[in-house]
Amino acid sequence: MKRVKRRYLWLQLEAANLPEQRVFLDAVWRSVSQLYGEFGASQTSLALINYDVEGRSAVLRTSLVTVDLVRTALAALTRLDGKPVAVHVLAVSGTIKALFEGQVGS
Amino acid sequence: MKRTFADLHLRTNPKDAQATTQLLSKAANLGYTQVSVPFAPEARNEETQTLRNTCKEFGLDFVSRVDLHPRHQDELLTQLRKLRRRFEIICVLCESKEVARQAAKDHRVDLINFPQLDYRGRFFDRAEAELCSAGAAVLEVDVKPLLLLEGAARIRMLASLRQEAAIAREFHLPMVVSSGVSEPMLLRKPREMAALSSLFSLQGDAALDAVSQNPGAIVARNRMKLACGFVAPGIRVVKEGKTP
Repeated sequence: MKRVKRRYLWLQLEAANLPEQRVFLDAVWRSVSQLYGEFGASQTSLALINYDVEGRSAVLRTSLVTVDLVRTALAALTRLDGKPVAVHVLAVSGTIKALFEGQVGS
Repeated sequence: MKRTFADLHLRTNPKDAQATTQLLSKAANLGYTQVSVPFAPEARNEETQTLRNTCKEFGLDFVSRVDLHPRHQDELLTQLRKLRRRFEIICVLCESKEVARQAAKDHRVDLINFPQLDYRGRFFDRAEAELCSAGAAVLEVDVKPLLLLEGAARIRMLASLRQEAAIAREFHLPMVVSSGVSEPMLLRKPREMAALSSLFSLQGDAALDAVSQNPGAIVARNRMKLACGFVAPGIRVVKEGKTP
């Protein structure tokens, strides 16, 4: 079977108070399914790899073919637990190691 | 060549210095290099100069812009005559078909924008696109309603924008995608704006051009026209001779 290629997205979360990671992931799923439906959401293979409340960052994993779709859904996210939020993609990479290396280098 | 990004529609009140500074600082942090804040037609040159200086502090290139809301064609023509040489960008918010048609064919209009929530008030059809292709006006789309609307309202909005984008593509018309926001929290990075444009079928380079090359080209063209010595496209006064 052909290996599914994945991409990791390093996110910067902008909000007054960040809720727990379950709430964040639910909000991302909701945004994806609102824009692309349940069929589209099912293709993303979304997974939350890291969620750092203090550092206001998160790492999401998705399949390569749905990176743009997830990026759009993240841009459309405006509320988290009823409070205003903005999610910015800092970097996209094929491995977690390269994800942070690229940013540290730049 | 590296892309430079522009947001030509930051909707802040220039008289509210604190809110304006916050929005401009945020835009600079997100990677924009050219920004524009719409002024009222009666705004004084000192006001635009003050904002230009503020932008300079953040390393932003400020573009002066005026938004016109004419009720009829004659009012639009009067305003254009009065304001064309005072602002680098003129945007017409078309609330009637008569105004939309006049704005599309007038070479002094840079951007045309339509009511965001009234779908019947969006007059960007084939006839409008044909007039735009002969003139200089470009369709501007604000992403703010895409962020704030939900459910049926957003579905209708996306359907309408997708149809307009298809018409623009058919007539080889460029589009400009702006934020149209007044709160820093609603500002998105240029590439995120391009990603949001994919919701109305503006894909890949076309989406990136809508936040970089297309607005940049309008600003460059108008700055050239407003510069002293400009005579006509391709002709400018280089040196004046002495009259005998």
